[in-house]
Amino acid sequence: MKFTYYPGCSLRGTGRAYEESLLAVFRALDVELEELSDWNCCGATTYMSVDELTSYALAARNLALAERAHKDIVAPCAACYLVLNKTQHYMHDYPEISLIVTRALAKIGLVYHDQVRVRHPLDVLLKDVGLKTIRAKVKRPLKGLKVAPYYGCQIVRPYSTFDDQRSPTSMDRLLEACGARMVHYPLKTRCCGGSQKGTLPEIGLDLIHYLLSEAQKNGAEAIATVCPLCQFNLESFQKESGDRHHPISIPVLYFSQLLALALGAPPNTIGLQRSLVPIEPVLAEKEIVYA
Amino acid sequence: MDLKRTVKFEADRDPEFARWISHTVGGERIRHCLQCGLCSGNCPLSLYMDYTPRRLMHLSREGFKDEVLRSASIWLCTACYACMVECPKNINITHLMYALKQRAIAEGLYPKRFPIPVMARQFSQMVRRSGRITESWLILRVFLRTAFWRLLGMSPLGLRLARAGRMPLRRERMKRREEIVALLDSVAATKRELAL
Repeated sequence: MKFTYYPGCSLRGTGRAYEESLLAVFRALDVELEELSDWNCCGATTYMSVDELTSYALAARNLALAERAHKDIVAPCAACYLVLNKTQHYMHDYPEISLIVTRALAKIGLVYHDQVRVRHPLDVLLKDVGLKTIRAKVKRPLKGLKVAPYYGCQIVRPYSTFDDQRSPTSMDRLLEACGARMVHYPLKTRCCGGSQKGTLPEIGLDLIHYLLSEAQKNGAEAIATVCPLCQFNLESFQKESGDRHHPISIPVLYFSQLLALALGAPPNTIGLQRSLVPIEPVLAEKEIVYA
Repeated sequence: MDLKRTVKFEADRDPEFARWISHTVGGERIRHCLQCGLCSGNCPLSLYMDYTPRRLMHLSREGFKDEVLRSASIWLCTACYACMVECPKNINITHLMYALKQRAIAEGLYPKRFPIPVMARQFSQMVRRSGRITESWLILRVFLRTAFWRLLGMSPLGLRLARAGRMPLRRERMKRREEIVALLDSVAATKRELAL
């Protein structure tokens, strides 16, 4: 099994642990990921708000490059996943967008025939690899570790096809297959505020606090995320948002870190050392031995 | 006593604005809005907004340009798409919010030193130069241009992230950067040609 891999900018910065652990997961499951050669920024939500037409062209360059490789493209970052999907939809639905993008691609010797499927790692792990295979490869069961599964907004809506838009379960099922227990988390697709913490801090902190306190109230020992920005917000501003409400300290990991841990990857290869709120005390308490 | 007329006359509205919003790509269905309010009820930010998404939809399509473009709501939208999932008329609300943001930026209607347009500008400049974003530099640039004093408050977090290897200062760059420049220039040229 082989896929084209589109890391995106965040996985080279604040989200490094996401990339490290994801590569470890796919290695452990014998799925080959080949990085898209000379990829560019997808434009993210920021570019969309200044100039969407340009952002479609940026995303389309990556799609056209991926099409040459004749494989599905795996995009782990929520923003990249959404933008690549959205670009396909809009090029399909609006001839004028398609015209602008096609012309721009032609200038750099590329064509796009709408033949690429944009996939999320959750989707690939569930549909292409399968829970049965994953369950069979678990070497270090998570022993009922209580996890709040937090999906955020951009993975499941509005363009994804692999999970429910209101109450997704793909991550729940994957982590349960590794022996973790999901706590009730009705806010699983509620927005974390995105870059709001940087632009309108008080409101950003409120949104972050609701998500953290709901997880804590429902007994979670860790929060699992699928998005670099969600992970960053929920982990980095626990103290600040706690100062305005009540203090909270809870590890926030990428789902892939928990998965990689269960699949037996050495902990120093999956970015656990990059956490600001360490998971180690929780693992020790559960006697999940990982050294 | 300072008495003002609080109700608008037909003539006070801006029909051009109403036409523009219902012709934006993705926004055509705004005319179908039932004013049911599911968008506002599902919006996690609506409780901070001066005009909720439902009201914004109605004000925009009726041509209340000033009210809409000066509203804080368009800057509060995080593009989480919660409204769109529930809309019974499949109106592309998030997309309309993007369109309103762009229009407000184009008309210079935002508070001074407001970080969102600054961030957008820095982001697009970095993409043009490097083809990719280096988060550490982007954050630094935005703070320096908006609220540099807040950098001090942020520095402990910055240091912790740097120590964890999550704020690399090495710039992310793609190889064929000239392709990005050509791509961006081509889009700009076609847009001019089609008067979009």
